[in-house]
Parts: sequence; structure tokens; C-alpha cells
Amino acid sequence: MNSKNAQVLNSPKRRLVIQTAASVAGISSLGFPAISLAQNKPIRVGMPTILSGRVAMLGQSSSNAAIMEVEKFNASGGFGGRKIELIIRDSKGQPQEAARVARELVTAEGCEILIDAEASSGAFAVHEVARDLGVLVIHTCSETSSLTADPKMRTPMSFRCARQGVHDAIIGGAYAAKVAKEKNLRRWMTCSPDYAYGRDTTAEFAEYIKFFNKDIEFVGEAWPKLFQADYSEVITRLLQVNPQAIYSCLWGGDLTSFIDQATIYALFSGKQFFAVNTADYAVLTNVKNVPAGLHSGNRYLQSFPNTPANTSWTTSYQGKFKSLPLNWAWQNAASVQFLTTAIKKAKSTDAKKIAQALDGLTIDSPFGANGKLTLRADDHTLVDYALAWGELSGKEPFMKSPVPGNWKQITELEAEWKKRKGFV
Amino acid sequence: MGTGLIIGSLLFLVAAGLTLIFGVLGVVNFAHGSFYMLGAYLALTVYRLTGHFAIAVIAAGIGVGLFGWIFERFLMRKVYKADVLMQLLVCYAVVLIMDDVVKIIWGAEFLSMGMPEAFQAPPFFIAGGVVPVFYVYLIAAAILIALALWAILTFSRTGKIIRAAAQNPTMTSALGINTSLIYAAVFAFGGVLAGLAGGLAAPVRSMSPGMGFSILIESFIVTVIGGMGSVSGALLGALLIGLIRSFGTIGFPLFVEGLMFLAMVLILILRPNGLLGKETRT
Repeated sequence: MNSKNAQVLNSPKRRLVIQTAASVAGISSLGFPAISLAQNKPIRVGMPTILSGRVAMLGQSSSNAAIMEVEKFNASGGFGGRKIELIIRDSKGQPQEAARVARELVTAEGCEILIDAEASSGAFAVHEVARDLGVLVIHTCSETSSLTADPKMRTPMSFRCARQGVHDAIIGGAYAAKVAKEKNLRRWMTCSPDYAYGRDTTAEFAEYIKFFNKDIEFVGEAWPKLFQADYSEVITRLLQVNPQAIYSCLWGGDLTSFIDQATIYALFSGKQFFAVNTADYAVLTNVKNVPAGLHSGNRYLQSFPNTPANTSWTTSYQGKFKSLPLNWAWQNAASVQFLTTAIKKAKSTDAKKIAQALDGLTIDSPFGANGKLTLRADDHTLVDYALAWGELSGKEPFMKSPVPGNWKQITELEAEWKKRKGFV
Repeated sequence: MGTGLIIGSLLFLVAAGLTLIFGVLGVVNFAHGSFYMLGAYLALTVYRLTGHFAIAVIAAGIGVGLFGWIFERFLMRKVYKADVLMQLLVCYAVVLIMDDVVKIIWGAEFLSMGMPEAFQAPPFFIAGGVVPVFYVYLIAAAILIALALWAILTFSRTGKIIRAAAQNPTMTSALGINTSLIYAAVFAFGGVLAGLAGGLAAPVRSMSPGMGFSILIESFIVTVIGGMGSVSGALLGALLIGLIRSFGTIGFPLFVEGLMFLAMVLILILRPNGLLGKETRT
């Protein structure tokens, strides 16, 4: 070793380098694991939903779809190695339990994001909990329009990734008015479940069908209770009034029972039946004899939109869960797609930054009318989803000639509706 | 009128089992709705396997009868002497367990049997009313079961023993009759009735976990109106509820549920033991 080199090695500078290296090594051994632990910490997402009782199929199809999309996200590496951990809890369909479970998911389980797969009554309860705790919430099953249309409900951290009653009413009204003109159906009657959803949705449909066809007259109404087992007296009343067409927003098992019972009374003979919630596999696969003249809005059909992406999604779902996806499934799948896109866009897992990224976000999706879905910035609600009405048959594709909804028309009439309601 | 008969027929079958169990054992079987649910699901499974509706209904009756027997022997027997709250808790636990069992075996989604081919015929038009073929058979089946039940309880030795056990179990036991066997048999028979009701309802009512709850509420109204423990009272109560719902829909469409409860309250005030509670208590 020459003297010059020896001087460098023994100089104060050399000692500084060694000390710095040692410090770095020390930090590496202590600090870096902590940082890498934080980086691998899962992103905890809470999901209150209904997994027991008569509406358990809502929670089942919702959670199935969310799990499938979360697994896809995690398998593709998550967000910088961080994966989503979905924590699902049963609210048993009770609003107070939904609120309790939602609070527990945030305070005890550490979820800063909630995917609220509750029916309307529970969704409003979860909404208030999320507002109170300041966490991000995406409602995925409530179709009650006021949840996002009413400015009093709105918060920067709440969104709805689900179809909306007023959207269905507008396109249902337009479609039914057209059929009524073609078939000269003037005398109408309604038969819907006697609770908030049934009353609101029926009133909105009646408003829009009259808007599109001034000749329509409603000559009677029947309000069976939710989960009613026997519809004999309701059917008898419908037979007595004898309208030319019937509208109903009965759903699930109630709708199946009603159709089965009405069929043996020959209620549908010579009548047109417009039941917005029929075109969902849960109903279609259970109604053994689909009557002629049965019309419905699309809830979820693999044939609409008729795209390879939509068919492929159904195939994946069916392959994984051995059952067909329901309306709630696509809405929950879309919510996870929105969430994961927003996380990547925000480059953060901070709930506030994700909420900002979700505001007005458009994503590619199999469920979009034109292959895209948007969470509208104005009211944080889902728009541009595939909407259609059509006459049904008893086998695939079930709705042979769907009549797609016109989103320009929906948006214009929805804006007027909001003004009338005092929401704008 | 026809509609009232239709509604009342199925209600009677469920309420008859409930009231029979109460009449003999003095126990309110809060799990009776689950018996009905199990009957419907069993009938669906057997119908899918055999394609024969009558076999499906009978199998549902036998299957739920067996379940009732097991339920009595292993659970209810332990709480006969406990207070009502304990009995309620045991029944409620069974309700929750059965809902989950149904979900595991048959799935969370609702299911439908569909109308058997034999009944897919145009309805009868009688005096301006419409009566579906299926409901004619349903009413006939309910009448037959009611008659059989009345004949067994009134004339057969078994019926006499059951009535004796209901009146004075200690004396009946002292006479060498195995009352614990009678109790299990009554529970099983109540199960048979609920199972038959579930099976008969399967073609026109969708099935889902928890479906027994609403029919249980209506059955309680029927038994309270008819008289707790009275089988003939259950028949009268079921027909009355059927008629109230039928005429209520025409006269008071927004107050049909209210009318049912109003009738119950009125009868509780005017005849606290129900319409036939005293006369024909089994």
C-alpha cells in the first residue's frame, strides 16, 4: 500500500464513510422491514350485506362478485404489492344491525373503505355511519333515488354504484308507453310491494308512462305486503278490475310466487304484464311458465349488452360459483373495479384521495351501455350502465329484442325530476 | 268467498299442527314455521327426483314428521318444565339453525317448484269467480285432512289417549300409558301437518331460507282467534282470516293486515279463549 492510499484510508473522511455505511446498514436492518411491512399491509375494505333470511341471495351474489374482482386485483399484484382484504359481515337485513356492523368494520377491523351491499333500508343506516366516521362508502345495492339525488344525503366520501329507480322509471315509462300505443292499452293497474321502494318506483313509473302517453289511465292499485306468501286476494282484485295492462315492481321470490299464482288464475290471458324486476336469472330460472306478454327491464342478462366482455364475465362468475350472477353481482363487481382504478389513479390508499379520484371517474366495464361506466361528478351516482326493456321468453337469451335506454333522454328527464323534487 | 277458502286451507294445515301441539303439550312451538319450510324444500327435492307431486307431498309430511319426533325427543322434552322464555329460546335457536341448514343444502337463492303438469289446466269459472284447478285439489286435500284429524281425535283409541294426556297427563301415565311416547307422537303429527302444508304450497309459493316466519305469524293469529289448542277452532280461524283478507282487499285495500289484527284483538277482548277455545280443547 503506498503512502497516498494509506492516507486516504486512515483519513477522517474514510471514518465518516465507514460510519455512514454502518448507520445505513443499521437503519436497513431495523427501519426497512418496518417500511416494507407497511407496504405489504393489506387495504382493508369492509362489506356489510345480507347473508341470512329471505334476502340472503342479495348478499350472496354481491359478495361473490366482489370477491371475484378483489381476487383479480390481488392476483395482478394489487397496489404496489398491497392487496385488498375484503371483510364481509352479515347484517341479517336489519337496518340497526347494518349500522352496528358498519361501525364495527371501521372501528374494530380498521376499514377505511366500505362497500355497502345493503338493501335500501340498511343503506341509509350505513350511509349515516360512514358520514359520522368520515370513511369512504360505495353503496352497491340501494336503488332508492334520494340516496344520491337528495343534496342533504350527499358527502364527498359517498358514492352509489348501482342502478337507480328514476332511471328505470324513465326508460320503463318510455318503453311501456310505446307498447301501449302499439297495442292500444289504455286501462292500467299497478301491483307492487307495500313499502318505500314499491311505492316510490310505482309512482315514478306512472308519472313517466303518462308523460310519454297521455291516453294512459290507472284504474286501480294493489299493494301486497313484502314477502307475502299468498296473492289470491290481490289476483282476485286484478281480475275484477280487469285492466288491459299491469305494472309491478315485485321482485325476487315474491315476483315468482305472484307469476306462478296469477298464471293458474289465467290472469295474464289477454293482458300485458310489465314487471321491471323479472329479467334477472333468479326469477327467470324459477318461473317455469313465462306467460306471453311479459315485459321487463334488464336486471342482469349475459345477453345484454351483447358483448364478448359481458358474456366472458358471466362465464367466469358461473365457473367460480356454479350459479348465474344476479343484478347485485354486476353492481358490486363494478364497485370493486371503480375502487381499484381509483386507488391506482390516486396512487394512494388514503380514503380521501381515493374519493377524489372516484369523483367523475369513467372506467372500461362489461356492464356499460357503451363499454364504459361513470360515477357522475354532480351527485356521485352511476350512469351510462346498460339499460333496456323488452318482452321476455322462457329461455336464453330471455329478452330477444331488448330496447336500449337513451342516456341523453334519461339525463335530461332526471334533471327535470330533480328540480321538481327540490333536489337542485 | 272462494279466495277466502283458498287462503284458509293452507293456513289451517299449518295452524292445526301448531294448535294440536299446544293443546296436548301446552307448548307453543315457535319453530313450527321452520317445519313448514322444511316440508316445502323436501317436497321440491322429491318432486325433482320423482316428478310426482303426490309422492313429493307425502314424503314432505313423513320427513317433517320424523324431524318433529327428533326435535321433541332431543330438545323440547328437556324444556317442558322450564319457563316459556327457555322454550322460546330453544325454538328460536332451531329456527336459526334450520335457516342456515336450508341455505347450505339448497342455497341462499329462492327456488320454485313450478306447477305440476296435472294441474296446468284452465281455471273453472263459477258464479263470476275464477277458481284454479290446483286450488280445488288443495281445498279438497285440506278438507280431507281436517276430517281425518277430527275422526282420529274423536273416535280412535289413539285420539282418546291424546285427549286424555292433554287433560290429565299424570292420570294417563298412572294408567300405564307411555305419555312421553304420546308427546313425541303428537309433535311428529304436528310436523306431518306442517310438512304436508309446505309440500302442498310448493307449486305456488317460492321457497327461501326464512320463509316460515310469515306463515308462523298468520298461524298464531289463526290459533288465537280459533282458540289455543282447538283444532276445529283453527279451521274456523283460518277460514275467517281467509275471508277477512279476501273481502278486505276489496273494501279496505290499504288496511288488510290491520283488519286481521283487529279481528284478533276483538276476539281476545270478547272471548279471551278464542272462538272455540273452551268447547273443543283437545
